[in-house]
Amino acid sequence: MTRSVIEEPQSWTLVEVQKPNLTDEEIRYAVKKLQREPNEVEWAMLEAQWSEHCSYKSSKPLLKRLPSKGPRVLVGPGFDAGVIYIGDGWVVTLHIESHNHPSAIDPYGGAATGVGGVVRDILSLGTRPIALLDPLRFGSMDSLHTRWLFDNVVRGIADYGNCIGVPTVGGEVEFDTFFERNCLVDVVCVGLGRKDKLVLGEARDPGDLVYLVGGRTGRDGIRGASFASKTLAEKSDTERSAVQVPDPFTKKLVIEAILEAVDAKIIQGMKDLGGGGLTCGLSEIAAKAGTGIEIDLNRVQTREPNMQPAEIMISESQERMVLLVREENERKLVNILNKWEIGYAKIGHVTRDSLLIIRRGNEVVAKAPAKFVAEAPPVPRSAKRPEYLDALAEVPEPAMPEDLAQTLIELLSSPNIASKEWIYRQYDHEVGIRTIVKPGQADSAILRLPNKRSLALTTGGNSKQCYVDSYWGTVGVVSEAFCNLVAVGAEPVAAVDHLQFGNPGNPEVYWTFKEAIRAIANYLNAVGVPCVGGKVSFYNEDSMNRRAIKPSPVIAAIGLVESKTPKVLQALSREGDDLIVVGNTSDEMGGSEYYEHIHKLVGGRVPRVNLKKEKTLLRALLRTLRRGDVESLHDISKGGLAVALAEMSVQGHKGVTVDIDTVPNKTSRMDNLLFSESRSRFFLETKPKNSASIVNSFKRLGIPSAKVGTVTDNGIEFLSKRQVIITIPLDEASRAWSEAIPRAMEATP
Amino acid sequence: MVKVAVVQFPGSNCDLDALEILQKTVKVPTDLVWHKDLKEDQYDAYVLPGGFSYGDYLRAGAIAATSPSLETIREATVAGKPVLGICNGFQILVEAGILLGAVLRNAGLRFVCKWTRLRVESTRTPFTNLAKKGQTLRIPIAHNEGRYYLDNDQLAELERNKQIVLRYVNETNIPTKDSNPNGSLDNIAGICNKEGNVMGLMPHPERASLPILSLNNQPDGRLIFDSMIRSFENTVEGENR
Repeated sequence: MTRSVIEEPQSWTLVEVQKPNLTDEEIRYAVKKLQREPNEVEWAMLEAQWSEHCSYKSSKPLLKRLPSKGPRVLVGPGFDAGVIYIGDGWVVTLHIESHNHPSAIDPYGGAATGVGGVVRDILSLGTRPIALLDPLRFGSMDSLHTRWLFDNVVRGIADYGNCIGVPTVGGEVEFDTFFERNCLVDVVCVGLGRKDKLVLGEARDPGDLVYLVGGRTGRDGIRGASFASKTLAEKSDTERSAVQVPDPFTKKLVIEAILEAVDAKIIQGMKDLGGGGLTCGLSEIAAKAGTGIEIDLNRVQTREPNMQPAEIMISESQERMVLLVREENERKLVNILNKWEIGYAKIGHVTRDSLLIIRRGNEVVAKAPAKFVAEAPPVPRSAKRPEYLDALAEVPEPAMPEDLAQTLIELLSSPNIASKEWIYRQYDHEVGIRTIVKPGQADSAILRLPNKRSLALTTGGNSKQCYVDSYWGTVGVVSEAFCNLVAVGAEPVAAVDHLQFGNPGNPEVYWTFKEAIRAIANYLNAVGVPCVGGKVSFYNEDSMNRRAIKPSPVIAAIGLVESKTPKVLQALSREGDDLIVVGNTSDEMGGSEYYEHIHKLVGGRVPRVNLKKEKTLLRALLRTLRRGDVESLHDISKGGLAVALAEMSVQGHKGVTVDIDTVPNKTSRMDNLLFSESRSRFFLETKPKNSASIVNSFKRLGIPSAKVGTVTDNGIEFLSKRQVIITIPLDEASRAWSEAIPRAMEATP
Repeated sequence: MVKVAVVQFPGSNCDLDALEILQKTVKVPTDLVWHKDLKEDQYDAYVLPGGFSYGDYLRAGAIAATSPSLETIREATVAGKPVLGICNGFQILVEAGILLGAVLRNAGLRFVCKWTRLRVESTRTPFTNLAKKGQTLRIPIAHNEGRYYLDNDQLAELERNKQIVLRYVNETNIPTKDSNPNGSLDNIAGICNKEGNVMGLMPHPERASLPILSLNNQPDGRLIFDSMIRSFENTVEGENR
């Protein structure tokens, strides 16, 4: 068969000869270190690898402040994923990634390849991806553009995750005008594997062969890392070639083939190819071990002819992995890859000389120390407290709503609070037969593990509060995640963070970034849980008005549930049971849904967390849950205690009557008491005979707690001074909460 | 001793789930068999698992249906052995012409993952012989293309031959539009061949076979697999006599 080859004119080359997209200092540093002017290929490689996306050059020193050690931590930050030991020879891996810029341009492909990327990270450690969670941030639901992004991001995640057979078991969504043209699409992946079969991204042994496995290398995703490391300009629609093309079927084959090879113990080292492509993968895997790698580009299978060396080196084509294998195991590896019918090429070998040598045939097209390529010079950034914070701190109190019942209905139908069933119906959340607690049932999902334990997973984020106060907002985000874990009876064991901000060159943006890291470090130190990895995404700005997104630190956390801990969901279970509140409610309305959605008021005092008491509180709640006296439980977060109670009520098809005056509080107004988002609070349902002992067990520790009401067969009812202040029939609350998102999305043309 | 095969295609993703349930819960000897390795009909029953064989490219199940392993399955079918197609496995059996009809894109044009109620319409298959006619089973679905369809004449034929095995129903055990998650004709969730030994269904019984994963702790999906074991016992008894 003859094949026609399309001769492409040189001007089609996407990587043009031009001044590299690096700072003058970086250019000088490169010339000085190499003792010569890098050539065109080397500049392209440095530009990709030294992008913010790959190098963390603005964030690395600060990230070191996060606690990362613990008895269960086998692998911490710096690798593709964190590794936690969960007993009996089993490990869990955890990582978070985002695909913000690609999703803003091509929501379907961007979100899908975002899933693909984080799944590869989990796979590179030799572990099977077993769950995904998706924290998402979009503009206002009223906007057609937002609905288009939202619809396609959800479809992209669904089509990819469903096809590769990894259940999407959780996530969270926030709508805010600051994300109108720069949506945030984060994906958390959790993996499961054997401790003795872990593979690291290190090229330890010179002589090992380098295999490039999976999809072919094409021109998609060229300069993706650089694209992600600048702000979305208006011309970004023309940068669609920077977005990779998803192929979940190939990914599924890659997963199974690699896990078969891992099982056969023939993989010496492994690295996924994501941002920065081969440049990033090869330089990092060699730099980690102090070795070098030599490859021949002629051996790389390309998707199209005439690809230039620079293009091959920085292409971010999806579904590709770099595998290191001993020569004697080469045959075994090839047999496995052939069985699964996936592409592969032996492209080179590990060397002793610490150099990254890229050849095309006999011609050396790039040559530089691997460590030099892998590690960009850090960029010092200055920080300055934003002036807008003063204005946000001093906002006038809003008028008291005339009809508090109506206010509660409006809150329940706010897209930030309303049921997310429309989203998770589209995700296969059952595949893998591990999902014990399913999306929407409780504050965290729970997965069955092969040993007697089970695994709780959750995410937390709250850009509205982080904007008004990035320190306390971020503390609250971490607290939310940990409260979610404990609410299902899990002991928190590890977290990963994803820090999403605007341009780090803006001192005000950088200040909020520093505050967020300080907050995460302080919280994790207070509760004694390590951060085992994470991700930083800068340059998230609105393309039209150049406004940075609201600071968006997102936390994913996992916890272990012991076998005897009963399964407790958030739906109310039995009429006649008592309702207990734990935690104190204060006038902390800053960034609350009540202020922002009802009063269109941005600002105020953001909820704080008593870091001295947090660990005691989490422990006490865990003890209570393990005793088995709790019938249902929900943490109190967005929308405050009125919303939390309504959610429990609607889900359990049971009514509640609550005497609001009995709730422990330091609030000055009824609306604040009902809708404040004060942290570390919970509602518990228990049989009346257990009420007193549960309340006392918290009070003894100095944690406010009280019996505040009962479960009924009626509607949702709040009393104050023996007067009914809110009464809502269950079906009305249910409609408001359940129908808001589907109704908005059905209207999408 | 009986032995079951779970047939693995490229892109199958419920293969390990079905294998685990058969081996550890139902406790029947079961092999995971790569489709290319299934050259002879040497098993007592076959399970075609869910997933996205060949990425659902072309049409769900269309490419896998051309795998030579389907010829082996066809032989087993003719020999009267139990063959179960779950979700993508159902789509493959339909594409291979072993079961009647077609499985189209969901009416809502979206992937749907949810727990459904199923009414057992026929207990004559080796996968429902432990059920009572009219019994409700709670088993989840997860698919993009689950809308069962065929023309009126063929539907009448299915009815006449008692080939409709499962229907989606509401809380009062009645097939309604609201309880139909994908727009399937006549709320059909599962069918069998004329002889009754081959069954295809969109819901995933393997996901409802452990109490801890099931609604109200009721592992209704196990009934499908336990029925298969029961059918082996009957066959063995019959042979002995």
